[in-house]
Amino acid sequence: MANVLVFAETRGTALRKVALEAVTAARALADASGGGEVHALIAGAPGAAAGAEQLGKHGADVVYVVEHPSLATFERESIAATVAERAKQGSYRAVVLGFSSQGRDLGPRLAAKLDAPIAADVTEIAVSGDTVVVKHPGYANKVILTLALSGSPVVLSVRPGAFTAKESPKTARVERIEPAADPAAARVVVKEVVEGAKGRPDLGEAPIIIAGGRGLKAAENFKLVEALADAFGNAAVGATRAVTDDGWRPHSDQIGQTGRQVSPQLYVAVGISGAIQHLAGMRTSKTIVAINKDKDAPIFKVADYGIVGDVLEVVPALTAAVAVARKHH
Amino acid sequence: MGAPTVKIAVCIKRTPDSESRFKIASSGAAIDEAGLKFDIDDFAGYAVEVALQLNEKSGGGETVVVAVGPDLVQESLRKAMSMGADRAVQLKTDAAAPADGLAVAKALAAELKDGGYDLVLFGKHAFDTSAGVVGTATAELLGLPCVTAVSKLDIANGRGSATRDLEGASEKVEFSLPAVVTIDEGIARPRYPSLKGIMAAKKKPLESKPAQLGAVRVTVQKAELPPERPAGRIIGEGAAAVPELVRLLQTEAKVL
Repeated sequence: MANVLVFAETRGTALRKVALEAVTAARALADASGGGEVHALIAGAPGAAAGAEQLGKHGADVVYVVEHPSLATFERESIAATVAERAKQGSYRAVVLGFSSQGRDLGPRLAAKLDAPIAADVTEIAVSGDTVVVKHPGYANKVILTLALSGSPVVLSVRPGAFTAKESPKTARVERIEPAADPAAARVVVKEVVEGAKGRPDLGEAPIIIAGGRGLKAAENFKLVEALADAFGNAAVGATRAVTDDGWRPHSDQIGQTGRQVSPQLYVAVGISGAIQHLAGMRTSKTIVAINKDKDAPIFKVADYGIVGDVLEVVPALTAAVAVARKHH
Repeated sequence: MGAPTVKIAVCIKRTPDSESRFKIASSGAAIDEAGLKFDIDDFAGYAVEVALQLNEKSGGGETVVVAVGPDLVQESLRKAMSMGADRAVQLKTDAAAPADGLAVAKALAAELKDGGYDLVLFGKHAFDTSAGVVGTATAELLGLPCVTAVSKLDIANGRGSATRDLEGASEKVEFSLPAVVTIDEGIARPRYPSLKGIMAAKKKPLESKPAQLGAVRVTVQKAELPPERPAGRIIGEGAAAVPELVRLLQTEAKVL
């Protein structure tokens, strides 16, 4: 029997989707290690404790809550110290967090503070005796590595979307704790957070992504991509590296080997030829649609459904048809 | 007197060309390196460029490149010196650097701790391990402030400021020096070494010493290629194909 600690990521006071996925993964790991408890830790602005109920629903037995006005932003030093302190107090088999902007940053801090082996961006977790065995896509998703971690605890960051959040109803006991380091005394100070486009889900969380490439011909034609995303209702908008390099879209929208790596239920590639660098960021999507005028474009080799044609003609037609289909659904 | 000069370490890694087609080695636990082209990892290359630009701006200073690995990494260290780095340190291992990021970080921290660096730069992650552990873990071991995956970096008067992407947002942070910063794409295009730079690099000091790796507790058991997607299918041409696409999205893919 072994307990597992989860860092349940928030932004401001809102729990992030990857927090529920991390709890789901932790629950499975605790069960596989003989049925231990899952303890989650929320560190956020006052009000963040509200996320405890959701964490309980997904399998957390105990939720530790740290609320502090400074934790409205990502206070990496204080949060790392607090999670590490909590981890030292329990004898945990593993500390699990999301491989998100926050988790990528926190994971190695925790590994160093706890002198624990770490695997990042994992898509599967298994226990084999004293060893934790994980799968991790390396080489920008081109080679799947199976890693064996010896030692306890281990630190594991889970790839967003790889573990589907599952309910495992419990009523979590909530315990308030103090930050282990004063968030106001940090050496790294957040001066400003600039929010991106409002009203769209993040690329890492969206079930549907509409992405545009150079085939759109001009920055202003990206409004066709936006309109198609609106028609689907819950879609995020992404772009190729060529497009972000040209400044048509912000760098943060880039999907590909050096940008975001995504696996939505549906990926619609609009005017994207399918360079290897782009495919590395989206080829694990469940269903891929491609619209491109060049029938020999490599994107059609991975597209479940391809349409050869001018995006300026096909995309508005698709937008209208999707809007009608959703209305009648 | 100009701006105070800064001493910067850049930790680099040698990785295969990311556009390669990979095959699995006969061990089943690594890629087959035959025929692959290796170079300074993309993100580490951005970090080298950032260091050189910061030092050009400060009108002096020193840029030291550091790599953990067997003698093959000397080629990458020489290249960084041909771009303009002043000297290099190889922390020598018998085999390629292990998959255990913390073990590598321990070797780097042991080398860097008494180096008097104002700034230690890393790429945000290396292409091969795609994990992003080593830079941040090194910062923790050194007890230094750390900012990860920055797309903009400035230093002045003993302080740094940086911008980094959060999902759907970006944050601007300030921090005290010395510090460790990991570099994202989009910050700077690495320069090509000039002929003069290549000649000069041959005479620059490259020190080699054994890496003091930590215990290796993460190992690769297996490497495999991801399953191929089923062959793509073109369902039609132009707007006329839209009704069929919508039908398939509803009935087959069930996403609409």
